[in-house]
Amino acid sequence: MAGPPVFAGEQKPAVRPSPTITLEFAQVSIGFEEKQLLEGVSFRLHHGETKAIFGVAGSGKSTILKMALGLLKPDSGKIFVLGEEITGLEEDELFELRRRVGIVFQESALFDSLTVRENVAFRLLEEGQLSDAEIEERVREALSFVELEHTVDMYPSELSGGMRRRVAIARTIITHPEVLLYDSPTGGLDPVTSNTIIELLVKQRDVYQTSSLLVTHRLQDAFTMGTHYFDRAANQMRPLPAGARVGVPMSFAILRDGCIIFDGNLKSLRETGDAYIREYIS
Amino acid sequence: MELLSPADWAKQQVKSVQDYTIVAARSISSLFSPPHYFGDTTQQADLIGFGSLPIVVLTGFFTGGALAQNSADTLKRFGSLTLIGQLVSLGMVRELGPVITGLMAAGRNASGMASELGSMVVTEQIDAMRALGTDPMKKLVTPRVVSTVFMLFFLTIISDFFGVAGGGIVSAFLFGVDWHQYWSTAWQILVFQDVFLGLAKPVLFGFIIATIGCYYGISARGGTQGVGRATTQAMVTSSILIIMVDFFVTRLTMTLFGQ
Repeated sequence: MAGPPVFAGEQKPAVRPSPTITLEFAQVSIGFEEKQLLEGVSFRLHHGETKAIFGVAGSGKSTILKMALGLLKPDSGKIFVLGEEITGLEEDELFELRRRVGIVFQESALFDSLTVRENVAFRLLEEGQLSDAEIEERVREALSFVELEHTVDMYPSELSGGMRRRVAIARTIITHPEVLLYDSPTGGLDPVTSNTIIELLVKQRDVYQTSSLLVTHRLQDAFTMGTHYFDRAANQMRPLPAGARVGVPMSFAILRDGCIIFDGNLKSLRETGDAYIREYIS
Repeated sequence: MELLSPADWAKQQVKSVQDYTIVAARSISSLFSPPHYFGDTTQQADLIGFGSLPIVVLTGFFTGGALAQNSADTLKRFGSLTLIGQLVSLGMVRELGPVITGLMAAGRNASGMASELGSMVVTEQIDAMRALGTDPMKKLVTPRVVSTVFMLFFLTIISDFFGVAGGGIVSAFLFGVDWHQYWSTAWQILVFQDVFLGLAKPVLFGFIIATIGCYYGISARGGTQGVGRATTQAMVTSSILIIMVDFFVTRLTMTLFGQ
């Protein structure tokens, strides 16, 4: 799934994306107020794959996600989402594409004046194409996926941090997007709640085969995703035997000083000789 | 705080005006393309209009009363106390009603809009809205602009009425002016240009209040401190603009219709 590892200085030039590539960054650069944040970032996300992007705070991880959704425009380079180049699209043209791409924000970004039901149903209510009964059914289905059906009439302020994150996931998956973007979904959560969130991400990956981009600074979350699978019969995440881990559609990228210095699978990450990466993952 | 060179400061100001113009223009252009948010507009009209009613009634009433008290002594000196109804009526309808109502609405609503939208920006709710395929300009800004313009028009009429009534009560109880005479002179003095001027102003003031409030809200940066700053700036800027626009509209109307 995740091609061979690519190291800094070896990044490939932009090519037309094939149908198996759901997201591609080609030599993307962006800066804010005279400070260059990302410089020539290139990577690809294949269909059904989950790519975890690591980096220290302020390295531009969240900016990558916002650019992938067209919320921010790069200064240079090209971004392809589901085969379409989005860098030149106007805001109005991006709305249709955003139906097919979902994002879970770092702090959940739930609408605090709306109930959980209204938050989860927000997109469906805005589109106005489904009846109230159909919307209710979809809301229940999405909330049942994150096991929070009982919170449907509550407000975000009445939920814990972990519950808010799960409601945000329900809001994102209600329209069954083809690509999911997770912005530090476990940031600021306790280990038990973090594990619940990671289990949901693995469930989404293995049950729906959704392509996902996960940015995080928590290595253990991504490693858990790379070493576990979701057992549908038992309805829980289980560890994979060491020999079966190669088949997991999971890849890893590391950001440093605005560049991607590593892009590859778990095996190549563990075997890398780069001193910075070795220190980072140790 | 970082010191800016005069050139950078000027560039920043020009950019702010440019950004504000874009927000103001898009708040109007969004009216002509779907989707239209009637529910949100009605909700905002309720919050802005009915929510502002008590302060508008009270400030209008006491402004009219104060105007009557201040005018009475001067008018008495010239033996023209019977003209007090005309003076209060003209003062309220042409000037004080729209301006006082505008300033009250700016204090209550421009700051409210800036803090609400600013909080949504810093908690990424605006980004979430865009990510969920909804245009925040159409969903948040246009309903606020439409409802503020619409409700300020009627709030000003209410303020004018209570101002004239306040002046009437002061005139009748403190200065012995005949109540019926007060109302008939207050009514008869008003001509088309007075009413036109008095009702054109709230339309402009409403637009200023809502667009300034929304502009500072969606431009808020820097967490809760940034939201606080945006709230203050929205109130101060909209109040100053109301007074400035009031001067120019009055001058323009006088030029068009005569004194």
